[in-house]
Amino acid sequence: MILPNEIFNERTSTLKCVVWDLDGTLWDGILLEDASVTVNPEIREIIIQLDQCGILNSISSRNDEKLALRKLEELALAEYFVCSQINWNPKSDSIQQIAANLNLSLNSFAFVDDQPFELAEVTAACPEVRCIPVREASSTLRRFVSKVELTTEEALRRRLQYQDESKRERARGDFKGTNEDFLKTLRMEFTISKAVAADLDRAYELTLRTNQLNSTGLTYAQDELLNYSRSEEYLLLMADLKDCFGDYGKIGLALVAKGQEIWTIKLLLMSCRVINRGVGSLLLHHIITDAKHFGVRLQAEFLPNERNRMMSVAFGLSGFKKVGSSKNIVTLEHLLDTAPTPPPYVKVTSMT
Amino acid sequence: MHHIKGKIREFLRPHIRESEIKDDEDLFSNGHVHSLLALSLILFVESEFKIDIPDEDLDMDKFRSFDALATFIQEKIADETAAPE
Repeated sequence: MILPNEIFNERTSTLKCVVWDLDGTLWDGILLEDASVTVNPEIREIIIQLDQCGILNSISSRNDEKLALRKLEELALAEYFVCSQINWNPKSDSIQQIAANLNLSLNSFAFVDDQPFELAEVTAACPEVRCIPVREASSTLRRFVSKVELTTEEALRRRLQYQDESKRERARGDFKGTNEDFLKTLRMEFTISKAVAADLDRAYELTLRTNQLNSTGLTYAQDELLNYSRSEEYLLLMADLKDCFGDYGKIGLALVAKGQEIWTIKLLLMSCRVINRGVGSLLLHHIITDAKHFGVRLQAEFLPNERNRMMSVAFGLSGFKKVGSSKNIVTLEHLLDTAPTPPPYVKVTSMT
Repeated sequence: MHHIKGKIREFLRPHIRESEIKDDEDLFSNGHVHSLLALSLILFVESEFKIDIPDEDLDMDKFRSFDALATFIQEKIADETAAPE
């Protein structure tokens, strides 16, 4: 069954990050008054369960940063948190900062606090964030944990990947030169391969989670993806990316219907995780080169929505032009008269 | 026209070594401008020059070089000014 993302209720949009308060929430009591505060075992458990489902945990706390971080180390919890904001600013500012750092939209966030004032402040400034009082945290968040349909290896590594990303950001901050020069220092390797059964959980996850770099916004059931991966009439491709800081995992997916004379790109998506790595068009370039090699025409179907303009840009700047439209589907075609050149800062390998 | 190119170069400066790219040189052939950068550039151009760039205009040829881009922007500005309200 194919369902466009927009049909889903906004409030059931995927939960990707939970932001926790510290005093009175993560631990009972106030750290600055009593250094011996301990963590509620139910809270510890839910944090670990969220982490195992690939949902990130972060912190927004008005506290002494050094002391708070030390306490988290002591409680063996520090490793579970990314982008923590421990300062004296309004929590809505901190949450927006976390969202910006993680490149996630606010409607994928939840915020847990013991103080009605804080919950109200965040709700007023960021209405899309799910605000949860601490006494309801465990039971509410448990529902999200059980809603997660799969726990791929990628989900397990998600926190580690965000931590790799902060190392990259620090390296970027220390680097003197243009972004392109910086990208060269990453020694990126982009690998394209045909999707096999073992990849399909991740392929399915990508169709659910990716918005901005998604040509149609449609999702496919896992058994459909399996059929496509086995069919002679379709090409289901996946792309991997790694660099000197770590492995981004599988970050791109393309579904091509191989007609006798015309190949049609039915779906193209790239994870937002790699949005500023300059590799968004590489999967597209591969398909263009393949189509030219096989002497077929190449078209693509595109469903424009408010979020995927970047994909429109990727198609246009790779040489696709609009040749028709019907209902809300735009048909693009590439004349195959130009061969795309890969950027100099990434090594592209094809295993197809 | 010159000031249009100047503004584009200034916008791209933190991203690519724009000073090493000539006015008529292909911005895509060496993979200088990738999708995110292209989108940021398009948004910048739309707001800086007060023009609209619909999907139909997302054509490689119009963005191929600083010269091509400046020509395209100039035409768009002329269209905006000429269009009867």
